[in-house]
Amino acid sequence: MSLLEIEGLDLDIHGEAILKDVSLAVQPGQIVGVIGESGSGKSMTAFSVMQLLPDGAVCRGRVTLGGHEMLALPEPSLCRLRGNEVGMVFQEPMTALNPIQPIGAQVAETVLIHEDVSRAEAMARARKALERCELPEAKFPLSRYPHELSGGQRQRVVIAMAIALRPKLLIADEPTTALDVTTQAQILRLLRRLVDEDGMGCMLITHDLAVVADMAHEIVIMRQGEVVEAGPTGRVFDEMRHPYTRALFEASGHQPERDETPRDVPLLQVRDVVRDYALPRTRLFAPQEHFRAVNGVSFEIAKGESLGLVGESGCGKSTLTRAILGLEEVQSGEILLDGEPVFTGHRPNRDVRRRMQVVFQDPFGSFNPRWKVGPLVAEPFHLLDDPPNGADRDRAIAEALESVGLAPEDRLKYIHEFSGGQRQRIAIARALIIKPELIILDEAVSALDVSIRAQILDLLADLSARFGLTYLFISHDLSVVRTITDRVMVMQAGEIVEEGPTALVFDAPQHDYTKTLIAAAPVLPERGAA
Amino acid sequence: MTETGFLRAALRSRSLVLGAVLTAVFVLAAVVSFLWVPHDVAMLDIPNRMKGPDGMHPLGTDHFGRDILSMVMVGARTSIAVAVVAVGIGMVLGVPLGLAAAARKGSLLDEVIMRGNDLVFAFPSLLIAIMITAVFGASALNAIIAIGIFNIPVFARLTRGAALSLWTRDYVMAARVAGKGAARISFEHILPNVTNLLIVQGTIQFSLGILAEAALSYVGLGAQPPLPSWGRMLADSQTMISIAPHMAIFPGLAILLTVLGLNLMGDGLRDLFDPKIRRVGR
Repeated sequence: MSLLEIEGLDLDIHGEAILKDVSLAVQPGQIVGVIGESGSGKSMTAFSVMQLLPDGAVCRGRVTLGGHEMLALPEPSLCRLRGNEVGMVFQEPMTALNPIQPIGAQVAETVLIHEDVSRAEAMARARKALERCELPEAKFPLSRYPHELSGGQRQRVVIAMAIALRPKLLIADEPTTALDVTTQAQILRLLRRLVDEDGMGCMLITHDLAVVADMAHEIVIMRQGEVVEAGPTGRVFDEMRHPYTRALFEASGHQPERDETPRDVPLLQVRDVVRDYALPRTRLFAPQEHFRAVNGVSFEIAKGESLGLVGESGCGKSTLTRAILGLEEVQSGEILLDGEPVFTGHRPNRDVRRRMQVVFQDPFGSFNPRWKVGPLVAEPFHLLDDPPNGADRDRAIAEALESVGLAPEDRLKYIHEFSGGQRQRIAIARALIIKPELIILDEAVSALDVSIRAQILDLLADLSARFGLTYLFISHDLSVVRTITDRVMVMQAGEIVEEGPTALVFDAPQHDYTKTLIAAAPVLPERGAA
Repeated sequence: MTETGFLRAALRSRSLVLGAVLTAVFVLAAVVSFLWVPHDVAMLDIPNRMKGPDGMHPLGTDHFGRDILSMVMVGARTSIAVAVVAVGIGMVLGVPLGLAAAARKGSLLDEVIMRGNDLVFAFPSLLIAIMITAVFGASALNAIIAIGIFNIPVFARLTRGAALSLWTRDYVMAARVAGKGAARISFEHILPNVTNLLIVQGTIQFSLGILAEAALSYVGLGAQPPLPSWGRMLADSQTMISIAPHMAIFPGLAILLTVLGLNLMGDGLRDLFDPKIRRVGR
């Protein structure tokens, strides 16, 4: 008998159908990857297993976990199962831990709740769980606090909490989405090892096909609350019976059509740029200490070129972006756009600023929720000395919206009426409206579902060809950088460690760090038969 | 959220509706008092003094035979006017200070504004209000100024705190990329997004203002006779509370119900503006 068996599960929340006839099974020792885009119901399936559903949720069907009928159990029995028989790992390690409790107490808490053991015994068990998650005692005593750990280490603590009681089923909901690629690879390896050692079943929920491709024994593909395809991983990738599976696969490795002729007229020149931040003083009269976020960075972007900048969080990419945009002054070195400095005499140079724009990562946070789309898109007009008015302004807004595939009437709507992908189009329209030459794309597609991401990448390639745009494409996602850039730079600890034509850097990386990054990135299998 | 959806959610919230109705009753009483009151509040009628409620005087009369209903109505005028202006002073001065401190976080300006705030907070507000009125003379105007000064740091601190988190948003970054300065960003992007908070805090400060005005009038430093005020009505009645309890009960109830109404309204508005709480439903 299966460890977890979901049969014909329907879920309604406030009368709205969220899951429709979902069936899947997890065997002991097996990893089942549940894949889908946002709104596909993958997380709700997990919450249905745990019976941790929001108010107004009604479940029908059968969920059997190790012989327990989950939908029929009263709350106290469910509490005994949660944590004991099912462990759960969440996406965001920053918020999954209590910041004011040491990690030992947090892991021990699970043990104390479920078993009648002494505190010392629980702490010993916590120690063992952390040890199994590769957090050795010497470096990570139980008295450590979450803020003293990195994102990957915190995620290990969360996993230790989930496996402390050796549950039969582990549910991991996007466990690596918030992490850097190298950390992601380590966490995935850890999860696989734990599954093998304990023989537990694992439900791995993710939006990333590549992550499950070499992890999962079976895959379940969900779309709009329904399972569209399920089966052993190899077979699903080989056969791809459902058109949606194929679409998802193609979108993940999508290659937009681009003109790749080499160019050599420099547009942006960055020379020996250094950016220091003053650190807060620890003592009243201590000398001021500095943190060097960007250390002697030099590069050029040619007109019409697309340059990728790759690096993990904290490597200084965002600082560099702010310096190029003229939002912060640099300590030494110079940044020139078409020969003109970004900063002149400690003041940002408006002539240069109006020739570049930026698109941010978060399609939800990059717009003032109280403004309509028209004024939002028109905001960069502030950079012009003589901004268009009245009909001219409306025409410019309409043109910008049309060039990103939206209707001119959309300018009268509020931002919450749009989906994530549409918002990112609006963000691009906002960048385009003053006809800049350089657009900095700061993780501009990282928060999007793969199918939407493919569309936005196509749009960017098309716009670049139409308006002769130059892109600086900043991302931690190597597969995206590979598809859209001509050249790529790898940044580590404030320095550029490798630079070269994209294909060359990816196929034959020279620097050790680049090699690690590329080895860590999950890859999709080559398309088999079908 | 659409406008009709907002209205429907507002009507579903019991505390908001109750609070709004209570507040509206007293505002209406104050407005009506300009046009009509049952009896002239300046007319003394000694033979009919300290009468309990009856057909002629629904809330009875005081120790000079004045009609209490009329006095409560005219008193509402004073209380509301003092509270409105005091909250206005707090918002008009406090909000820009808070916005400026947030825009220049960590600078000398920020330090000066926030330490100045701490300084005002450090004084017991009622004592200072008494001092101001004692030095500059007891009048409604001085009461307004005294209460208003203590509203400034409340709004400055609230605005700064909320604005700081907004400054990290991408849309503020986008506005900076569009070349907008700190002042422009504060008024175009930050202010509209803290209004909800300010409205909620405003209703609460409003009720505190009414209490403060009542307290100042009670010690004789608020509105001066013959202008009726709830606080002084309470003060006048205290020696006669065993003979004519209605003289204390009705102005006391007026203060209690107005403050209750405003607090309920503040709570209701906060729930309404907070989408996380709104989901749960009341």
